[in-house]
Amino acid sequence: MTDPTVIEVQNLVKNYPMGGGYFTALKRVNLSLHHGEFAGLVGPSGSGKTTLLNIVGTLDNPSEGDAVVLNQRVSDLSQKGAAQLRRRKIGFIFQTYNLFPVYTAFENVEFPLLLLKLSQSEREKKVWQALEWVGLIDKAKSRPAQLSGGEAQRVAIARAMVKQPEIVLADEPTANLDAENSYNILKTMAALNESLKTTFLFATHDEKVIKFLRRKIYLFDGKVARDEVTTPAANEGDLK
Amino acid sequence: MILFKLAYRNLVGAGLRTWLNVIVLSFSFVVIIWTQGLYDGMYDQALHAKTDWEIGGGELWHKNYDPYDPLSLEKSHGLLPESLQELVRKGKASPILITQATMYPDGRLVPVLLKGIDPNQNILQIPAAALKDSASCCELPALIGERMAESSHLQIGDFVTLRWQDVYGAFDAADARVVQLMRTPVSTIDNGQIWIPLDSLREMLQAQGQATLVVLAKGVKPPANLSDWEFKAPDFLLSDVREIVQTKSVSSGIFYFFLLVLALLAIFDTQVLSIFRRRKEIGTLMALGMTRSEVIRLFTIEGAFHGILALVVAAIYGTPILIYFKNSGIPLPSYTDSYGMALSQKLIPTYGVGLVLGTVLIILIAVTVVSFLPTRRIARLKPTDALRGKWS
Repeated sequence: MTDPTVIEVQNLVKNYPMGGGYFTALKRVNLSLHHGEFAGLVGPSGSGKTTLLNIVGTLDNPSEGDAVVLNQRVSDLSQKGAAQLRRRKIGFIFQTYNLFPVYTAFENVEFPLLLLKLSQSEREKKVWQALEWVGLIDKAKSRPAQLSGGEAQRVAIARAMVKQPEIVLADEPTANLDAENSYNILKTMAALNESLKTTFLFATHDEKVIKFLRRKIYLFDGKVARDEVTTPAANEGDLK
Repeated sequence: MILFKLAYRNLVGAGLRTWLNVIVLSFSFVVIIWTQGLYDGMYDQALHAKTDWEIGGGELWHKNYDPYDPLSLEKSHGLLPESLQELVRKGKASPILITQATMYPDGRLVPVLLKGIDPNQNILQIPAAALKDSASCCELPALIGERMAESSHLQIGDFVTLRWQDVYGAFDAADARVVQLMRTPVSTIDNGQIWIPLDSLREMLQAQGQATLVVLAKGVKPPANLSDWEFKAPDFLLSDVREIVQTKSVSSGIFYFFLLVLALLAIFDTQVLSIFRRRKEIGTLMALGMTRSEVIRLFTIEGAFHGILALVVAAIYGTPILIYFKNSGIPLPSYTDSYGMALSQKLIPTYGVGLVLGTVLIILIAVTVVSFLPTRRIARLKPTDALRGKWS
């Protein structure tokens, strides 16, 4: 029996106003993602990876076509409904980490749980667990400025994972990291995908990430050029 | 509650920038309460001084009496009706007779108001008893204020020639001996005035049993149906003091306004900068599941917290300062007549509950409003643009 579909995209078009006309970033994209997948949108800059990720993440609306995320049509969602879906079911990891600079690592990871209004004891338990997943228990009291790039991104992963979302969307998560840190980050995410069965969708053009993916959806000029399932090269030697 | 917690974290996390704003704003709290406390204290003091020294529980004026028209004084006195005489006998009212006169200190000619007061009265704090003790068959005792003594170069024991006109228009003159100098905060019973025994003045004017005005003791109601006498309530008699304080308050209000505007500008500026610099953070907040209205509320609460922290800081350093001035007062120059109202040698500020709560409320509301205004821009911000550090 196949895993349930978490993301279903049909004939998706996204136009941006430009000058007097439009620039079409996505041109009739079709794709579906199942629960527990470790997939990536692969392609050069301007191919539409981030645009698709934003729509799937309910941060943006399609111009045409359908994007159904966790059984909810993105274009039908109100601003509040979209925020609720992101709050409960979707985790984000960004290229520039986007940690809150005045919060400690602990507080950054705790943030999504505050929005879910969990009790303090529940929050503490989950935050420590998330910090343990990413191996940063000893950095709990550090502020982002006191962390290395790799550590900061691991805090961002912990923040995305702490509420155990259905989907994690990662936009160029290793673009600012060196090879070793990239490997550690990817290994952490792959391990979380394995153990928690969280669906991961990356937007990347980084070879280090691409080698780790089990499914690669190649985008070119706003269209799906190729969609392939492969065995990831998850050993350190291949990545470095 | 979550938003309050997050706002507090953000604010405290912002460090020095927050505390600079908080300190500037806390000055506003303390300075406004302190200065307005001084005005309130001034008003209280002037009110009590004028009540105790001049107007008592109100005055009954002869129907022709106009304190701003000395030329009408000759026709501004009359016999006291029986009901008023009864109050005078019981010590609940004190008649005062006023006429225009001329004084010749050191050969100079100085116009004065000659006022007759009962030496046995105890309604006003005017030390009229001095007139009783010094009265003799051959000399006219006179009581003057220290301001009058200074301007006319008179001292206790000095004689001064007075000239006046009686009710029939005949001029007469006599020498009066200064028996006491009166120290009073109320300049309107001092400058250009000479107090002599009521009976002596009545005799000099040939106006037996007459008075220009009658001062009632505090709490005494004026008798009804007095056709030639008009009751002037303390509220009316104190209206000039009130107007002076109101005028001063308006000018100080301008000062508060600028002080507050400076503090609010600092907060507004911080908010605008904060929203501009934290666009990515706003995008992240939305990506993590906050709605735009929640983000707006978060930033507004964050700004408004400046006011609350400023209140706490102001309470910490302001309370001892305000209490110190309340207890020790502020020494004033010997006479502050140029200020236009009766002030004693020490000005004691009055900090009423209304003043403190009103100031706190006004500042907190103003801070919240200026914190909210820049956040409206967030309402138009797309999360995808915010994440890229762009404005929609």
